[in-house]
Amino acid sequence: MSASRRLQSAYLIVVFAVLYAPIAYMVFYSFNSGGTMHGFEGFTLEYYGEVFQDARLLIIVLNTVVVALLSSTISTILGVVGALAIMRARTRRSRNALLSMNNVLIVSPDVIIGASLLVMFTMAGIRLGFTSVLLSHIAFSVPIVVLMVLPKLQEMSPTLIDAARDLGATGWQVLSRVVVPFIKPGIFAGFFMALTYSLDDFAVTFFVTGNGFSTLSVEIYSRARQGVSLSINALSALIFLFTLLIVLGYYVLNRRSAKRLGTGVPR
Amino acid sequence: MNAKRNVYLAPYLAWMALFIVIPIALIVYDSFFDLDGGFTFGNYEKFLTPIYLKMTVSSIWYAFLITLFSLLVAYPAAYALTRMKHKQLWLLLLILPSWVNLLLKVYAFLGIFGTYGFVNGALEALGIGRQQILFTDFSFVFVSVYIFIPFMILPVYNALEDLNPSLVFAARDLGASGWTTFRKVVFPLTLDGVKAGCQAVFIPALSLFMITRLVAGNRVITLGTAIEQHFLVTQDWGMGAAIAVFLIIAMVVIMLLTGSGQARRVR
Repeated sequence: MSASRRLQSAYLIVVFAVLYAPIAYMVFYSFNSGGTMHGFEGFTLEYYGEVFQDARLLIIVLNTVVVALLSSTISTILGVVGALAIMRARTRRSRNALLSMNNVLIVSPDVIIGASLLVMFTMAGIRLGFTSVLLSHIAFSVPIVVLMVLPKLQEMSPTLIDAARDLGATGWQVLSRVVVPFIKPGIFAGFFMALTYSLDDFAVTFFVTGNGFSTLSVEIYSRARQGVSLSINALSALIFLFTLLIVLGYYVLNRRSAKRLGTGVPR
Repeated sequence: MNAKRNVYLAPYLAWMALFIVIPIALIVYDSFFDLDGGFTFGNYEKFLTPIYLKMTVSSIWYAFLITLFSLLVAYPAAYALTRMKHKQLWLLLLILPSWVNLLLKVYAFLGIFGTYGFVNGALEALGIGRQQILFTDFSFVFVSVYIFIPFMILPVYNALEDLNPSLVFAARDLGASGWTTFRKVVFPLTLDGVKAGCQAVFIPALSLFMITRLVAGNRVITLGTAIEQHFLVTQDWGMGAAIAVFLIIAMVVIMLLTGSGQARRVR
């Protein structure tokens, strides 16, 4: 038994080592004064300096963060409305229909979402750029929020609402004083999920972004295609740190609600 | 619940119409038009020519390989995870890299697999000599599996956690060997998780396009690459839309085959 357990641990450690290898590799070479991703020559912080002097890059980082915050806020509101709509659906069949519609966007490949939204924006005459990227991010974030909020709503006992109504609460009061506080952990989880999805998205953004507007993923893609520059490594290391902070925040909140929640679905 | 009108339904339905129904309808509509805007079935005829069929078959083949290898690596890892002492910590460690920007990880592999990268350095030290690793099928499948592993491990892990351990003990008590227990008891009971994982890997694997560009150097052309190419490079939207329609159909078929396990397993 202990031999097999040791084997299992060894296997897991190998898997996790591979999982973290690229990240470690990238961060390590961000300090390489040699300027390449091989042959470590000496320690330097030059590339970190470069990142902070690159005005274009900083604007792009700002764009990315603004889009992520705005889209996740809006999609959280829409997602909560959606989850409530699904819960209130009268028949089981209409509820399932709504749910599977919701899932269409979750399982759709990014390429499809990107291409179809590109067609729609072009037809509607929306200029590709900030607006189109923001709308697309909202589009793929809403179903995720719905999926995070729905279990909480299902958990809630209907008697709570009945009690509130009996005690004379209006519809709005029931929502803001009873329902929302109860599903708050789900709302936060959905918000963070939407935030990370938005920060991480490449494919959809790549389709609907115009010439003048770019997010980090798209920028990294075009820079990586041009050739290797270690300022990307430095930037990556910084983003990794930032992600760590977000994840930690997410987990602290999650812990507090003491509920098991997996991650979302891949892109 | 109460017989009140579902006030949340209208905004949610409006959102779904705008971002799910209309874009998909537009894609289908677009697929019937040629470059000059004339109505045609030509795009579908072109899709049925050997060039596109070969591409489709190879795309499905790669997606199959990626799914298979992901499962082969992920199942034992998920199994080992359920046996670990600090499960929550391991899970956190597993999820963490999936929240690092996808592009950054792929970018790191460019360094690791490059001519003077880490792997080639190791190969040379072993006396095997430098190999061309980047821009081969191997690097494409490896990096894709790397990207999708967490999304395979999580559903399998959840299924294994739900498994009642007394069933395993019972099988062992009744004289089943470890392998028989796994084959007849553990695996069938975790099939839902496996299906959910395969669905979560296969559909995105069909539509990868950024990894094929960066890591496989256009050697591998997937359906995703073709769609992206038609929409963003050659501007032949009709053809791109036709391929997208095929991808949507494939997606629906897979969802039906795997019983859309994901839809019901709100995670």
